[in-house]
Amino acid sequence: MNDAVLSIENITVQFGGVVAVNNLSMKVRKGEIVSLIGPNGAGKTTAFNAITGVYQATNGRVVFNGDVILESHPTGKMKKLYAGENADLYHKIKKNTPDKIAKMGMGRTFQNIRLFKELSVLDNVLIAMHMRLRGNLFTDTFMINYKEEQKMREDALALLKIVDLYDQQNEIASSLPYGKQRHLEIARALATNPSLLLLDEPAAGMNPQETEELTALIRKIRDDFDLTVLLIEHHMNLVMDISDWIYVIDFGKLIASGNPEEIQNNQRVIDAYLGVAEDE
Amino acid sequence: MKKRTKILASLILAAAFLTVLILIDNSPLKSSMLSTCLQKGAIYALVAVSMNLLNGFTGLFSLGQAGFMLIGAYTYGILTIPVAARASVYQYFEGGIVQFAIPVIPAIIIAGVLAACFAALIGLPVLKLKSDYLAIATLGFAEILRALIQWQQIAPLTNGSNMLRAFPTYNSILFPFIISAICIAMIVLLIRSSYGRAFKAIREDEIAAEAMGVNLFKHKMMSFVISSFFAGVGGALLAMFQASVQAKGFTSAMTYEILLIVVIGGIGSITGSIIASFLFVCCMEWWLRFLDQVQYLGGVKLPLMRTGFRMVVFSVIIMIIVLFWRKGIMGNKEFSWDAIGKFFRDPFGLVSRKNKKGEGITNE
Repeated sequence: MNDAVLSIENITVQFGGVVAVNNLSMKVRKGEIVSLIGPNGAGKTTAFNAITGVYQATNGRVVFNGDVILESHPTGKMKKLYAGENADLYHKIKKNTPDKIAKMGMGRTFQNIRLFKELSVLDNVLIAMHMRLRGNLFTDTFMINYKEEQKMREDALALLKIVDLYDQQNEIASSLPYGKQRHLEIARALATNPSLLLLDEPAAGMNPQETEELTALIRKIRDDFDLTVLLIEHHMNLVMDISDWIYVIDFGKLIASGNPEEIQNNQRVIDAYLGVAEDE
Repeated sequence: MKKRTKILASLILAAAFLTVLILIDNSPLKSSMLSTCLQKGAIYALVAVSMNLLNGFTGLFSLGQAGFMLIGAYTYGILTIPVAARASVYQYFEGGIVQFAIPVIPAIIIAGVLAACFAALIGLPVLKLKSDYLAIATLGFAEILRALIQWQQIAPLTNGSNMLRAFPTYNSILFPFIISAICIAMIVLLIRSSYGRAFKAIREDEIAAEAMGVNLFKHKMMSFVISSFFAGVGGALLAMFQASVQAKGFTSAMTYEILLIVVIGGIGSITGSIIASFLFVCCMEWWLRFLDQVQYLGGVKLPLMRTGFRMVVFSVIIMIIVLFWRKGIMGNKEFSWDAIGKFFRDPFGLVSRKNKKGEGITNE
């Protein structure tokens, strides 16, 4: 499949003896909204962090837009400790820091909101545009490239309009209500000009109405920005409603993948996860 | 308040300040305590703002400021001592190995650049550290620098532990003010730029900043190097102010003084640092001096008043400020005419607080 924006191959993340993500392989095709679901502690966020370079994967490979952005195999102490599979598939080590991966076009939000709390809403978005600045320290300090700064502000305000935060642009980010903070995180991630957007539980703590709005927002930005979206979520309504494809993991291992109907009828998934969710 | 009114008010304030300085400069007051405090205050303001750029805006808790000031002061001294005076300054080292002198302004700039170069070298290993560890590592490097400068092997360059003197100083007390003002203006412009926003992002949340494409190491290094550049310039100004330089004056206690100014002024506030540095210098050098002398009140000798008591009172004041005014004088806000106007209409927020209570909102 050549149209895969992101392809994760046999990723294992192991901390000491604990295997958080075990031999996980996924493909995200262009323009799709793909969800990664699983019970609490299944390793979803760890997988996200491995893809975006926050954690170093112990084994495996990540290909993004045709480039290998991460490749790893167990070395040193991990050689003996390694409990995953496919340890002999990869022989190179390739690392990228999160800022480089962001520059390549992978924008993300965080599970536990990580805004720049003391800064204004507008500044939060502008910071994400810092990396596209063409001027250097000197031209930027002495406002020689003020047109660039103006353009950045216009773009940032346009993004704030999309997430309905235009009127609050000068407020301090931490003073926003919870749902709005989540929206601001999405706007900030969009400001990095991504081709793939990773959303880590964007609907956590939202009421049904807010969740519905969020569903519409995710669809809208996918269409308007020509994005591909990878989503971690616990709200089953949202996931089943929005996803083109779903991956289910439990204890770090992939247990099922398919379109929403297939997942809803998959016995292993129901056992591991949805059976519990239906009691709610 | 309208924008034009604000600009006008700022201009009037600046002009009034300048006039006062010029008047002091041309009157017998020039050699008074007031003038001394103003000059030292201006120099400390620059160093405090440079430290605030690092500690307050980038969130890097560094304690190396005195070390970089030391490099600035020595660079300035070594480069500007007139050739004729070198034989007497470097009397134990046959006039030293540097046998040229350059003009004042280039020497000040080189002082900053050299401090920045040292910062880049030190930054390579230590900027990977976080919070307290970074503070201890930078403090250590500042102490090493102080010891290094007094090393006998390089004494023909630095004059060892002897004093550097006879270098050109300034005539008008306006000089340190102008240099400080230019440097602080540059720092303010930097903080308002996109790079400044990236620095603040690092302070707020490193992980999020990195995920938004901010290269942590590069930006930390930038902040560290720029801060050290201005500390170096501040050091050169301090050398001119003191008319002599000796390495043993640049102890870690000097860093703590500057840190104190930053904390009292408000971490993350430029105006706070400036106001606090003048207050600090005035209290330290002038207003509390009387506590060090034996005083009589109605013929009765007051107890406790003797040399050193000033520092006791001073420390108590600082403790009170930190206990009751935890965010410093300015918090993380800047001086603005809007705030002044609001203060005169509604001092201490009494009116708005009353209104809030009326609506049943108890915020504080």
